[in-house]
Amino acid sequence: MGVAAAFFYLFAGVAVASAFMVVAARNPVHSVLWLILTFVNGAGLFLLLGAEFLAMILVVVYVGAVAVLFLFVVMMLDVDFAELKQGALQYLPIGGIVGLVFLVELVLVLGTWAVGPGVSGAVKMPLQPAEVSNTVALGQVLYTQYVYFFQAAGLVLLVAMIGAIVLTLHHKEGVKRQDIARQVARGPATAVELRKVKSRRGI
Amino acid sequence: MTVGLSHFLILAAILFTIGTVGIFLNRKNVIVILMSIELILLSVNINFVAFSAFLGDLVGQVFALFVLTVAAAEAAIGLAILVVFFRNRGSIAVEDVNMMKG
Repeated sequence: MGVAAAFFYLFAGVAVASAFMVVAARNPVHSVLWLILTFVNGAGLFLLLGAEFLAMILVVVYVGAVAVLFLFVVMMLDVDFAELKQGALQYLPIGGIVGLVFLVELVLVLGTWAVGPGVSGAVKMPLQPAEVSNTVALGQVLYTQYVYFFQAAGLVLLVAMIGAIVLTLHHKEGVKRQDIARQVARGPATAVELRKVKSRRGI
Repeated sequence: MTVGLSHFLILAAILFTIGTVGIFLNRKNVIVILMSIELILLSVNINFVAFSAFLGDLVGQVFALFVLTVAAAEAAIGLAILVVFFRNRGSIAVEDVNMMKG
């Protein structure tokens, strides 16, 4: 058994085990931490497949951004998670049956599939083995042939960002805010009031 | 024994199944449902990259990148909706999500 196979079984085993713990953990904070472990192992599998750029992006995007977002939300919301968790076993039979049927179907498909005869001739963008790194090769494809898809992905992220801000931003009543237009528009006529005060009288 | 395409496909199938079962088991907890969706998308990504590597086509990795983008956007929007919902209702139980019921 080669080193690559050993690492495959290591990464795959830890990934499956931690994915199971994501689903089964009682505390959602633990679920997030197991999710991080799953994604780190997924990145290891990507490295084994030679997709170095995607592996690093997986670590940066998921462990660095998405998992931290999950952690923030889980810790920010004051939810009684024990109450949410009770009754979960009630769905275990139906969930188990659906999962089992699904897994059996997938394995049946995997047991009989074969690569079609014309597939190897239909490769659109062959992997460059030695001349350039994976990142360079990916960039050469992404910024030329798939540049519109790339822009669309950027648009998706922009919409997601604006949507998240619009959803979560809320103005509290009764908070005094700075209104720069009103400040600039104020002149001596509205800002200063001159009173003629007689001596020893007061206003 | 060498690791072939089937190994990666079976791993992705197992991860996908764990994700779907997770949606069933944690029906009340939206956060864990979102995490299960992330697991499903990871298994899809593993499929994309495995086919890309074994068929020698770089396009699979490009599409895995797009799946990653959509997954990140989905997580951000989903968690934002969750925060707003919690602010309005004080709970994140899926059964309470019936405000739009006619």
